[in-house]
Amino acid sequence: MNAGAGKKHAGAAAPATAGPVLDIAGLSVSVRGEDGERDVVSNLSLTLARGETLCIAGESGSGKSMTALAIMQLLPQPAARISSGKIRLRTGDLGDTDLATLDERQMRRIRGDRIAMIFQEPMTSLNPVLSIGRQLTESIEAHTSLSQAQARQRAIEALKAVRISEAESRLKQFPHELSGGMRQRVMIAMALALEPDVLIADEPTTALDVTVQGEVLELLRDLQRQHGTSVILITHDMGVVAEMADRVIIMRHGRMVEEGTTSDIFARPQADYTRELLAAVPRIGTGAGRQKSGDAETAAPANVAVVNDLHVRFDLRGGIFGRVNRRVHAVEGISFSIAPNETLALVGESGCGKSTTAKALAGLVPYSGDIVIGGRNLSGLGRDERKAVRRDVQMIFQDPFASLDPRMRVGDLVAEPLVIHGIASKDERSQRVAALFERVGLSADQMELYPHEFSGGQRQRVCIARALALRPKLIIADESVSALDVSVQARVLDLLKELQREFGVAYLFISHDMAVVENISDRVAVMYLGQIVEMGTRDQVFSNPRHPYTRRLIEAVPVPDPAQRRSRFARLDQEIPSATRRIGEAPLKLALRDVGNGHLVAADA
Amino acid sequence: MIAYLGRRLIQSLLILLGVSLITFALLYLLPADPVRQIAGRSATPQTVENIRQQLGLDQPFVIQYWRYLTRLISGDLGRSYIQRSEVTELIVSRLPASLLLMVGAILCELLIGLSMGLIAAVKRGTATDQTLMVASFVGVSAPQFVVGLLLLYVFAVRLSWFPIGGYGTWRHLVLPSLTMGILGAGWYARMMRSSMIDVLRQDYVRTARAKGLARRAILFRHALPNAILPVIAMIGIDIGIFMGGIVVVESVFGWPGIGQLAWQAIQRVDIPIIMGVTLVSAFAIVLGNLLADIIAPFIDPRIKLR
Repeated sequence: MNAGAGKKHAGAAAPATAGPVLDIAGLSVSVRGEDGERDVVSNLSLTLARGETLCIAGESGSGKSMTALAIMQLLPQPAARISSGKIRLRTGDLGDTDLATLDERQMRRIRGDRIAMIFQEPMTSLNPVLSIGRQLTESIEAHTSLSQAQARQRAIEALKAVRISEAESRLKQFPHELSGGMRQRVMIAMALALEPDVLIADEPTTALDVTVQGEVLELLRDLQRQHGTSVILITHDMGVVAEMADRVIIMRHGRMVEEGTTSDIFARPQADYTRELLAAVPRIGTGAGRQKSGDAETAAPANVAVVNDLHVRFDLRGGIFGRVNRRVHAVEGISFSIAPNETLALVGESGCGKSTTAKALAGLVPYSGDIVIGGRNLSGLGRDERKAVRRDVQMIFQDPFASLDPRMRVGDLVAEPLVIHGIASKDERSQRVAALFERVGLSADQMELYPHEFSGGQRQRVCIARALALRPKLIIADESVSALDVSVQARVLDLLKELQREFGVAYLFISHDMAVVENISDRVAVMYLGQIVEMGTRDQVFSNPRHPYTRRLIEAVPVPDPAQRRSRFARLDQEIPSATRRIGEAPLKLALRDVGNGHLVAADA
Repeated sequence: MIAYLGRRLIQSLLILLGVSLITFALLYLLPADPVRQIAGRSATPQTVENIRQQLGLDQPFVIQYWRYLTRLISGDLGRSYIQRSEVTELIVSRLPASLLLMVGAILCELLIGLSMGLIAAVKRGTATDQTLMVASFVGVSAPQFVVGLLLLYVFAVRLSWFPIGGYGTWRHLVLPSLTMGILGAGWYARMMRSSMIDVLRQDYVRTARAKGLARRAILFRHALPNAILPVIAMIGIDIGIFMGGIVVVESVFGWPGIGQLAWQAIQRVDIPIIMGVTLVSAFAIVLGNLLADIIAPFIDPRIKLR
């Protein structure tokens, strides 16, 4: 960085800075709730060496994010507070400071300057009404005596450092004009512009698509090497841990369960919990046992659902008379079929049209093309008939918190589909619901409870019970396990498989997570920009991916094994283009060709 | 942008047309007879009939409305039945006073309401917050004529800080503006508080704190522009409420605006004036909403006018 009026770091190797840059001893964080004060972090001690990447891994509620917020003194006020412990920061010019004793004004000088933080959601972590330039320069101006022009110059350098092209013109843009990956890079630029001693990254890639995740991780690693920044990386993803960490701390219920070097933790985990956690992580290449024997193919049962040349387009209006002048081509002529007892996975990154396809199947968006369910084409049917056919298609959504009405008892929620379709008497209904509860691993006496009294995994079980209530032939699972912790995720996936064996229900399993898809699917369709670019059996797609996009998707998944750490991640040549086009500029339809045994690949490969 | 304005303009004209039709129809159906008001109690049936013919009130509704509409397009709002002068002139001569009052009132409600809401949100859960919210509740629920009379009694009669009524200097403006503004200030304080509390919870506010920004920068640069958006949309709607309030407040303070004009006209069933004032109010409301919509994208770049 050129600005001489800037600051510090001359003493980065001075003797005063020997030893760990951050030294946490006996940290406890407590949260005041209705039933008194409760520790969310108890007696945590850790050190962070200079230039080191320390991963804090754990599932939700493990206290990993609370630890990060405690270091920054950003704990949610007034409920949470540091109840005991020391957080000592050692830097060249400030010497040894206990952050836990600093007041707000003193802490402000540390934040952003000595310790910077990036967050999980790049979409909401940038202020929507301020330009990128303003948000970058304001922190530079707050911590240095640089002039406006110098701050701007440094902001441009920071953007270049995170490999953002046309950095100068980006300063004028607003967050909503950038993609998710770009926004997270802006966040990183913002955090590193002042060359902090410590960078805390709280789930920095969790909200990103897998190919973008690789880029961001690689960027973080490169920048850390260049500047010697110490990084605390908080994540639930053991793949990310293996890829990034020098040392790992595993946390559970606010306590450290295990600490060690990355290779030790993965190769020789000591604590039971660590072993469980690692075992639950879905890995590509472990789903092989599931492949169906050929008899399902030979029997050739009637398909549960057949989709033929499905299009979903959304019109955008503009001009003085509000005419349609642009169109979002969300789904562009896709065709597939699902047999009973089969799981077809639809994979792709955000905006590829996979969820829109699901909505069309469930009758939630208007479409053109044919959807045939149980042998009946929906487009030829009247309202009532369509409703009857739709009974055979049920959905499970991503967010079990948002998809259950908080004011209804879960028993009533599960019974609701039966009520809507006028099935069974009241007593029969409650019997059926009780049976469903037992079947999905809940107990019948939990029917009287409300959704907030359940954990995330239990709520998703309630959603599954609700989807099963009508004995559907097809269940659409739209990112249904994405919001769950890995150990819970594994159990929900097992439940889905069991239910399939028992009821013969077919799944359309929509996911961005290649490892989960590999674990559960029989067949896989890869979507890109509203079209299917590759479709085949799970083995065909995973062992012999033919389309370059499929390959990139598979390669980009971080492998939970430090021995397989990559120096370079698979990278997209450019950002995925927009699906919005002017009227009359329909996208080119990809022709699929069979490369053997029904393995279809788009011809552009 | 131009396409958007064009479309909104066409919409606005249609709204005004609708307002004119509905108001005209309501006045036509009114049991009160304007001709009796003009002619007086002692007039002979013949005189009454003559006046009715003169004013064209003997014609069927459709023809009456058509005549009014064709004149309206050329900018003619007709003549007052009672005051014997052009409605356009009457309104134009009184409009500046009302606009002045409206600007004063908007300033009052924004200054009082937004700062109350902002302080309450920042001091959420404290005694300050509770006091401010009780005050805002009083502001929302107190009838304007009571507030007006109370302000008059305290600040004009007892303290003699401001004149009791009339029009002319800025001192005349203060009490009527306050009376009008207090109602809106109560609403805005509540809206601003909840909007601000919501914004202060957002991730980008946490980011701003994590950057080590000063409290003032976080509040005014990061939170306020996001929190104020719903309030701005409200100002457009508010102008409609003003038009109701203006009738009361102008009478209490003897303020020579169109509210007073409307009040007199309503008492005497002076249809052309009632129609004129209604249309001018409708125009103001439409314009206010349009302005609010045009301002919004300057605060939030995500909003695009299409």
